[in-house]
Amino acid sequence: MNTLVKVLKYQSKDAARSRWLIAYAAFFMLVSEVLLRFSSDPMKVQLSLVSVVLFLVPLVSIVFGTVYLCNAREFIELLLAQPINRRQMYGGLYLGLTLPLVLAFVCGLGTPFLFHGSDAPAYGTLAWLLTAGVVLTCVFTAVASLIAIRCEDRLRGLGAAIGVWMLLTVVYDGFVLFVLAAFSSHPLERATLGLMMANPIDIARVSLLLRFDGAAMMGYTGAVFLDFFGKGYGMALTAAALALWVLLPLTFGMRAFERKDF
Amino acid sequence: MPDARGGVALLTALASLALGASPGRAQREQPSRATLIVDVSPDGPVRTIRAALSLVARGGTVLVHPGTYRDTTIVVDVPVRIVGDGDAILDGEGKRQIMTITSDSVMVRGLHFENVGVAFTEDLAAIKVIRASSCEIRDNRIDNAFFGIYLQEASACIVAGNELRAEHVRDAMSGNGIHLWHSRDITIAQNHITGHRDGIYFEFTREAHVHGNVSTDNLRYGLHFMYSDSCDYEGNTFRHNGAGVAVMYSHRVQMAENRFEGNRGSSAYGLLLKEIADSRLERNSFIDNTAGLVADGATRLVAEHNQFVNNGWALRLQASTEDAQFTGNDFAGNTFDVATNSRSSSSIFRGNYWSAYDGYDRNHDGVGDVPYSPVRLASVVVAQTEPALILLRSNFLYLLDAAERVIPALTPETLMDTSPAMRWVQ
Amino acid sequence: MTEPLVRITHLAKAFGSLPVLRSIDLAVRPGRVMAIVGPNGAGKTTLIKSLLGLTHPDAGEIWFGGSGVRGDEAYRARIGYMPQIARYPENLTGAELLAMLKDLRGEGARLDEELIELLDLESALAQPLRVLSGGTRQKVNAVMAFLFSPELLVLDEPTAGLDPLSSRILKDKILAAKASGRTFIVTSHIMNELEELADDVAFMLDGRALFVGTLAELKRITCQKTLERAIATMMRRGVLTEAA
Repeated sequence: MNTLVKVLKYQSKDAARSRWLIAYAAFFMLVSEVLLRFSSDPMKVQLSLVSVVLFLVPLVSIVFGTVYLCNAREFIELLLAQPINRRQMYGGLYLGLTLPLVLAFVCGLGTPFLFHGSDAPAYGTLAWLLTAGVVLTCVFTAVASLIAIRCEDRLRGLGAAIGVWMLLTVVYDGFVLFVLAAFSSHPLERATLGLMMANPIDIARVSLLLRFDGAAMMGYTGAVFLDFFGKGYGMALTAAALALWVLLPLTFGMRAFERKDF
Repeated sequence: MPDARGGVALLTALASLALGASPGRAQREQPSRATLIVDVSPDGPVRTIRAALSLVARGGTVLVHPGTYRDTTIVVDVPVRIVGDGDAILDGEGKRQIMTITSDSVMVRGLHFENVGVAFTEDLAAIKVIRASSCEIRDNRIDNAFFGIYLQEASACIVAGNELRAEHVRDAMSGNGIHLWHSRDITIAQNHITGHRDGIYFEFTREAHVHGNVSTDNLRYGLHFMYSDSCDYEGNTFRHNGAGVAVMYSHRVQMAENRFEGNRGSSAYGLLLKEIADSRLERNSFIDNTAGLVADGATRLVAEHNQFVNNGWALRLQASTEDAQFTGNDFAGNTFDVATNSRSSSSIFRGNYWSAYDGYDRNHDGVGDVPYSPVRLASVVVAQTEPALILLRSNFLYLLDAAERVIPALTPETLMDTSPAMRWVQ
Repeated sequence: MTEPLVRITHLAKAFGSLPVLRSIDLAVRPGRVMAIVGPNGAGKTTLIKSLLGLTHPDAGEIWFGGSGVRGDEAYRARIGYMPQIARYPENLTGAELLAMLKDLRGEGARLDEELIELLDLESALAQPLRVLSGGTRQKVNAVMAFLFSPELLVLDEPTAGLDPLSSRILKDKILAAKASGRTFIVTSHIMNELEELADDVAFMLDGRALFVGTLAELKRITCQKTLERAIATMMRRGVLTEAA
């Protein structure tokens, strides 16, 4: 555990100074600041931010993560030549990448809200929005780590990262819509829930929908979803699905990392 | 208070004297319809309202003093005023109707009714008015009633300032708060109704004026009326009702400055207009409803200066709605602004504010330069495949929506606001 | 004969279907400098990485100080490594990089920071690594290798990119360390340099160690006076053997 913390410490120090990461934080700060300036309603600002978060957080996390770790290859070799355990080192690398991204996101998006001040319910939904962004970051840096370990070539890694992002962010939902339309004569509520659980962006999106579009989600099928996500076991299942989305890529990545020849 | 009591006692004494009889004799030697004011109290000489009614003069007053009265159903068949003095409780013991009014010009005021019986064959009420006119039911409190105030073939009555509170849990076992059947020229104002089946229910009623009522948390509708023409509704609040407000099969309905709030549920809406012709909606607020306004066969509806805020669907226009006009309304923060089940629409939208509008206004006249199509592709998709609701705000739907805007294939081309307002109209 | 510090037996490794190491046998005795030479693609770097645990061999054993290294990581505390390419987290400073290594290795080791002074690195260490020249980064690499006074130093092309003066300082440092009993494994393309430093030579070609022995012996069997010529002769022979 000691090694993990040490690797994390230095690596996050490096990542946090990256210009891209600073730009990322600045971008979120700018967007929420501008939105807050033009709209008096913090809830509406957050609603606009939902789309930005769902789009940008996975993209930046996976692309930045992949490129960063591909570039860190020699650094990783140097570390591996030290008397340290590979598993712990992988954990350190992952967290060293994830924490600065999380920090950049939370500070970037959250600061303007603190600055402008708002009421309690707005802070409540803001907490949900931030949580969703943080979880998405954790998921997509885990996937990025896996990609970076599996791809020798930086360009191929980048390609794979963008491919995975496209798949989860656009293609998958298109597929879901196709399934829903094709089998519209069947009761599909449960199947739909299952399909949503399989995609972390969808899980995050649906969790946010319930907070921001509660009125619409009370519609016929919507009520089914609301019921599911509102209940304890639904929440537990959601959390478990997200945890799997972090742990599976991490485990695969760790196993690949342990066996990898540098 | 003591002064008022003394005054009443004095009046009673004077009335008795004027009729040449002492109060004591009047009570002992019944029946005499000579007394202008009869006091009813649990431990006084007159202990029931029924007894008092047989003593009181036409147009006289029955003054009910504090106490709980459990009597058989009181039938008011003479023009009289029944007034509660303090906490006068009329308890139906969960068995019966409490008061039946069959005479014209009856006033019931300041009484506390509770525990009306529940029956499946009969609409038992706290107060039922049958074929009477010019009645006035004011400032009563009605708790735990099956039906609250029930007007059957009544006319020119006023129902105002009453507070009706029930805690019904099942549709079948509950009655309406204020129920009108075949009545006309009725004023219903400043009542609070909660926990009934329908807060206010009209059938075959004409020229009712419904003002300033608050109808909340009723099982079915806050307000429900059918076959009731020429009624107007102003300044009422309908909140958290099972289904919202339903207005059906009626003509010339005027609704202004009402609030329709928080009606959420799989088939809930703020206001349903079904088979309504020549009606007007002005300055109403539709806030936080699953569907704000549902127009199904609302012919020649005019909707002006209403606010639709934070609804799932601000407006559902069924194809059967023809020639509706929406002018100067505000649509803000709704998941879907307009949904419709038809690609062609004869409804006209003009000068409304849409918070989702992303056009520009180059000459700064407050009117957007590009028309706004309030029907999003997502709402069309959801209308056809309901579970697709879960894909809301997904990038895929955004993409489709963008494509749809360039080349409309599914959304109605004619349904658009040609002069969208850049700022809130209200 | 003293017990070797590093002993490698039957070491084999293939990347996919391409064999990179074919049954290498090798021993490095303490206090000596072993030069690993051979053309590009001979397997030198893979051999070094196997020793450091960066690459997992398919077969064979590596012994360090008498015990097998498979599944062990503690032995690397006794090795200093100077890699060939110096691309490190570009936003850290050299000082932070050194601090990190000290953090990772923990207390106990005697720190040798002499090279910082000798190579005049004080000011450069305060700057982010990305602004440093290739040569300066290589100097930082050298500092890292010597930092913990390890028993074994593995130097991969140590003088590549260094100016003549720094190169000289580094070589003197190596010689001084050797004199104090340290062991070295060095690869280089500059034969003159190895001639000056090496006691033993392993000549690799196509994944095989065609010769392992002392420098003097290599010269003797090839009948050459310099290492450069000896290796050239070995390469010609090796190619001939391969052809046969």
